[in-house]
Amino acid sequence: MTTDKVLMKGNEAFAEAAIRGGARLYFGYPITPQSEVPEYMSRELPKHGGCFVQAESELGAINMAYGAGAAGGTVFISSSSPGIALMQEGMSFLCSAEVPLLAMNVSRGGPGIGGIQPGQADYYQVTRGGGNGDYRIPVFAPSSIQEAVDLLYEGTELAQYWRNPIMILADGMIGQMMEPVRLPDFKPVPKPNEIAGLRDWACTGYADRGGDQNRRVVKSLRMQPEKLEEHVEKLFAKYALAEKELCRYETENLQGAEVVFVAFGTTARICREACELLAEQGVKAGLIRPISLWPFPNKAFDEIDFASTKAVISTELSMGQMLTDVQIALNGRLPVALCHRTGGMVPTSPEVAARAKAVLEGLK
Amino acid sequence: MKPIFEYTKGMTEMPTHYCPGCTHGIAHRIIMEVLEEMGDLGNTIGVAPIGCSVMAHQYMNVDMCEAAHGRAPAVASGIRRVHPDKVVFTYQGDGDLASIGTGEIIHAAVRGEKFTTFFINNGIYGMTGGQMAPTTLIGQRSTTSQDGRSKELNGMPVKMSEMIATIDGAVYVERVALDSPAHIRQAKKAVRKAFELQKQGKGFTLIEFLSTCPTNWGMTPVKALEWVRNNVMAYYPLGVIKDAKEEEQA
Amino acid sequence: MRAFKLVFRPEKCKGCELCRSVCPKDVIGMSPQVNAKGYHPACAVKQEACIGCQSCALMCPDGAIAIYQLEEGDQ
Repeated sequence: MTTDKVLMKGNEAFAEAAIRGGARLYFGYPITPQSEVPEYMSRELPKHGGCFVQAESELGAINMAYGAGAAGGTVFISSSSPGIALMQEGMSFLCSAEVPLLAMNVSRGGPGIGGIQPGQADYYQVTRGGGNGDYRIPVFAPSSIQEAVDLLYEGTELAQYWRNPIMILADGMIGQMMEPVRLPDFKPVPKPNEIAGLRDWACTGYADRGGDQNRRVVKSLRMQPEKLEEHVEKLFAKYALAEKELCRYETENLQGAEVVFVAFGTTARICREACELLAEQGVKAGLIRPISLWPFPNKAFDEIDFASTKAVISTELSMGQMLTDVQIALNGRLPVALCHRTGGMVPTSPEVAARAKAVLEGLK
Repeated sequence: MKPIFEYTKGMTEMPTHYCPGCTHGIAHRIIMEVLEEMGDLGNTIGVAPIGCSVMAHQYMNVDMCEAAHGRAPAVASGIRRVHPDKVVFTYQGDGDLASIGTGEIIHAAVRGEKFTTFFINNGIYGMTGGQMAPTTLIGQRSTTSQDGRSKELNGMPVKMSEMIATIDGAVYVERVALDSPAHIRQAKKAVRKAFELQKQGKGFTLIEFLSTCPTNWGMTPVKALEWVRNNVMAYYPLGVIKDAKEEEQA
Repeated sequence: MRAFKLVFRPEKCKGCELCRSVCPKDVIGMSPQVNAKGYHPACAVKQEACIGCQSCALMCPDGAIAIYQLEEGDQ
């Protein structure tokens, strides 16, 4: 681990973290607010023996990623909300064919072309899956550049371990801001002739493996419903394990809190400030910060101090998308309110604090 | 007894799902024969499309990756980046390549991707039940052009090979047919040429096969071959459309 | 004079008759039997007329035909 911290722009730090994590293939298409990622990759990947391709579209990019992943490569892609929407067909294929991929959504306001300011309105898109069929994608939402760097660095391995796309959801704020980060060391990268042995499902040409009895096919087609059902059941047994192992969150000041915010990414930082403001005003507020959005950290809600807490507030840059998951997690144990801005608007901490007071007032 | 023709080891023993007389089986076989003759079956990664040949990965006895509809050239581009020393090909029908996947095929050619595309042009959507393709001829009936394709409504059939030949990154483009033993021999030569150029790292290569769909054309397999000769070849003439090396020398 | 033997795999044949349509010597006919798929498979009806041109095997979409050249001592 290098010890010195460097000041980096979020998007550039994301790209560097993916390279250090072992990603040597990047396929992308420019879109604000993440275009620094493909720019950085085009410049830096060739220096590490990697490949950057500027795809003709996000459709092209996700399918190049699928091909490279199916061939045993370690692949990273990034885009922003409408671009991620275009990639959903590919995500469904990757999940069914169990092809690993590290993907990043530096999200902005929507719907449609929306705007280019930060948003979290892709919550449903990334946690529910915008593609067809039964599948799941683990999603992690960092609230600082350092956390994003660490998640991306780990993400290359998680994708290979789970043989599934792993999504990092960072809003445009985290992509565009600068923070000091500690960059991890470079992970070793398998050579092309080592891939067939390491990734025992990847298409590498069977000459590497002794003969056509070891032929490999990467596919999602299953014409017989019995076979398709069996395959989907197998995928969901894997997702059930992932649900246990990939659940991540942080809690702050839950003991004795009157009100608890639930917030991820940039919004969690704002809520942390709002908690301090409320404390100054004599209101004790806590925070649940989901790091994994799928699996959603339901168990974090068991840590709430139900003797003191009167309400939980889902705080989002969207119109109450995470709210649904908060309601499911609480299962009626407490009233749930929404504090939101959308369309690229970001609430200030006094706004959030005021909303919390209003919610508490309304309960009286 | 000395064998003078045996079924290639490049094909699996699985019976194909293709209709009787469908020329997909011929195209599959000659591609695999060439790879076997070149000693490259074990060094090849193929990409199967969506369409009638969606199950090509069950028949072609090489490592195979299935692609979403039209995206095979993007998938092959990704595979190529991981294995620059392997033989890579896509096998795509006219709906896949000439309609939904036009963006992917054009830009693969633009990048001069070092893989080979086999384009099966039978002028119809076979798998979904005989709908009009971008390559359906004027006047040809399909389930979505029941009075015959109209130029006013649908435009003229697209000539993908000619279009791709205009792109610098495409080094070899040839249109062949599978209607007769002589043309099949020529098709096999074209397949070999494309694979050789790919292995020399020259650039993108594409072989278009004029193919049949007896079932959806409503013809016997033998009549379908005659239809290719008498109608399809008039609009889609056979021959080398682009040979960058020959043009360079000329 | 060279002699050839056509070997059909009736279980692979779909009875499309493409092989028969291109045979220059009318060697091939369709069997009155049906195979497991329900087709009348191609068969050699005039084996001795085969000139080994391979047209039938080239046209066969289903890998149902192999051709051998008879050597001395072959039956």
